[in-house]
Amino acid sequence: MARESMEYDVVIIGGGPSGLSTAIKLKQLDPNLNVCLLEKASEIGAHILSGNVFETRALDELLPNWKELNSPIKTKVSKEKFLFLGKRKSLSWPTWLLPKVQQNHNNYIISLANLCRWLAEQAETLGVEIFPGFPASEILYNEDGSVKGVATQDMGIDKEGNQKDSFEPGIELLGKVTVFAEGCRGHLGKQLIEKFNLSKNKDPQQYGIGFKEIWEIEDKNHEEGMVMHTAGWPLDNNTYGGSFVYHAENKQVFLGYVIGLDYKNPYLSPYDEFQRFKTHPAIKKIVEGGKRISYGARALIEGGLQSLPQMFMPGALLVGCDAGTLNMPKIKGSHTAMKSGMIAAETIFENIKENKNLSIYEEKFKKSWVYEELHAARNVKPSFSWGLMLGIIFTGIDQILFKGKLPFTLKHKHADHETLKPANEMSKIDYPKYDNVITFDKTSSVYLTGTNHAENQPVHLKLKDPNLPISYTLEKFDEPAQRYCPAGVYEVQKENDQNKFVINSQNCIHCKTCDIKEPSQNITWVTPEGSGGPKYGNM
Amino acid sequence: MKILVAVKRVIDYNVQIRVKEDGTGVVTDNVKMSTNPPDDNAIEEAVKIKESGKATEVIAVTVGEEKAQETVRKALAVGADRGIHVKAEGIIEPIAVSKILQKIVEKEKPDLVFMGKQAIDDDCNQTGQMLSALLNWPQATFASKIEVKDGKLEVIREIDEGLETIEINTPAIVTCDLRLNEPRYASLPNIMKAKKKPIEQMNASDLGVDTAPKIQQIKVEEPPKRKAGIKVSSVAELVQKLKNEAKVI
Repeated sequence: MARESMEYDVVIIGGGPSGLSTAIKLKQLDPNLNVCLLEKASEIGAHILSGNVFETRALDELLPNWKELNSPIKTKVSKEKFLFLGKRKSLSWPTWLLPKVQQNHNNYIISLANLCRWLAEQAETLGVEIFPGFPASEILYNEDGSVKGVATQDMGIDKEGNQKDSFEPGIELLGKVTVFAEGCRGHLGKQLIEKFNLSKNKDPQQYGIGFKEIWEIEDKNHEEGMVMHTAGWPLDNNTYGGSFVYHAENKQVFLGYVIGLDYKNPYLSPYDEFQRFKTHPAIKKIVEGGKRISYGARALIEGGLQSLPQMFMPGALLVGCDAGTLNMPKIKGSHTAMKSGMIAAETIFENIKENKNLSIYEEKFKKSWVYEELHAARNVKPSFSWGLMLGIIFTGIDQILFKGKLPFTLKHKHADHETLKPANEMSKIDYPKYDNVITFDKTSSVYLTGTNHAENQPVHLKLKDPNLPISYTLEKFDEPAQRYCPAGVYEVQKENDQNKFVINSQNCIHCKTCDIKEPSQNITWVTPEGSGGPKYGNM
Repeated sequence: MKILVAVKRVIDYNVQIRVKEDGTGVVTDNVKMSTNPPDDNAIEEAVKIKESGKATEVIAVTVGEEKAQETVRKALAVGADRGIHVKAEGIIEPIAVSKILQKIVEKEKPDLVFMGKQAIDDDCNQTGQMLSALLNWPQATFASKIEVKDGKLEVIREIDEGLETIEINTPAIVTCDLRLNEPRYASLPNIMKAKKKPIEQMNASDLGVDTAPKIQQIKVEEPPKRKAGIKVSSVAELVQKLKNEAKVI
């Protein structure tokens, strides 16, 4: 059955900050452009998860009157803390001794999901057509090899791949320019980077996994506007990561943990590190007596400038973290993602109106403040490959004394899937039992995400070699998927004395960690049926 | 033949419901909302009947705040011809909804009114029955199969004892069960087309219906947490515990 097709000037894939900013800027430049935006979640915001302490720089440029437009940006940062955690103790680091990039007094504590919902309203008012519930599952190419657009996922396919009665074929959305704004490790962006060799001469991309919980806490423990970060315990000196604790409005605290996916020990469980972190006396006293109301996780970009691929190709652009514009030392990616989208819009406008080549995107990007920021930030993350202490000392010199202007660039040496050591060389980690008060098991956490995938559809986590998890990965690495997945999708079960690898794909919260960390790159994340996945509220 | 289908906007069935701290209701801010699931079955059935040539028009109607229009738009995207949105704020009880629907029926003169058997938010299961009484029309509730015959409907009902087949005269009210059919997906081109279909808006007060609640809600609470189970070592201990602790025998 032939698919229907629809033509637009610009087709945008993904309703996060970068995609929505691209859409808004395009319509501001020319209200007559036909712009559509596809989002795989059931509504804009439902797959968005972020800390988030928001720097308004890009938004000030995009919608200067945002304060008058009832935006969900309300809680100004009023106090900052940085703690080094030991097992029981904590050491407070004076904020004036923090590099400038980690100071937040002009920023706001926000829910990025709510910001995206609001940006989507602004975009729709300007005439952008937004289609939630429609994942782009396939890239379409012209005969000359340039990107022609995307096709949405067929709906109503059963487990075996047959059409059900409710079958609804996908449709082709064709654009003069297609913008990929899927976020970190977008499954189409990944294909484009490979096909057009966009990462040539770049370092391998670096990733982290970020967890977030929202707690409603007791009045006496709540300090609206307070931003706290920690480093140290429970991670060892060789594992990159840290926490955030943001006191938002309505007595809520956004509590989270980020761990670099370049960790070495296959027994490490990022989820359990996060749970254990909450038992530290300095953290426990904040959430004690409170109630956990949300949970979620998402992979994020940590590679910075060295790993940033070329962002243009014939017929298409990559924006935001589909390319990787997050500023790691700043622990912020929303403002850079938005700005990258705005620059993309300017590029497309000139491409369509003046027939300029899309390669001007790179020049414009290099002249922007995003590039300046990422350039100054570039040496921080790689320095932590020497361990926490040396990383901090180097970062102090690099960021405070030299303001990111040291005349050399450190490299990222390995991709994250290459860093695991064989299980027999590493020691098991004994994580404490969950108390169901401060710490919780994965099942009850996943329940809070509201994730769901319609029954009887093909498994959207594809194994290149279905035997590999048991024949190799279990043997060599004790199958780390059981631990790095934050949603309990992967299990090794015993059946008649035989080990069996089970994929509970309906639990998936679309974080993409498996696609990144699987040591043989054996797992590929593809889009499930539209509207599947988490239903995040104010994450 | 005209079919009127009533749809309601409710919290999505995948969302974990959270009770407001002050006990005045449940949290709906930034919560994903959807069409009440059995209402989707009602729309699907109406569209199917139209596709079979036995109906000429399907009208979707909803009662609620501005955003409730989304449910009508969704119905239009899966095949309804036009929509009506009766604006009303706050909690609107089944009696108010049925009075509003009565007015709409008097105006639109449909031959059939379909709706879900109940809404998953308040679980009232009253609107269809009340509308039937107000209009003095026959009703078939919990329908899992509907067959349109000349001036009549044959309906299979899902009841406690099993399945019951009844025949009723039209015009009639039918409330739909989830087993009735499998609702179709809204395709992208149809969502686009739905944006151009008309939705007539009016206020509940324009219809002369007072939507003020008749029931005073005192408090909304979470159900008590279940205690962990225990293992007993003997039948005697079980009986003793049922008698003295659980006090059920």
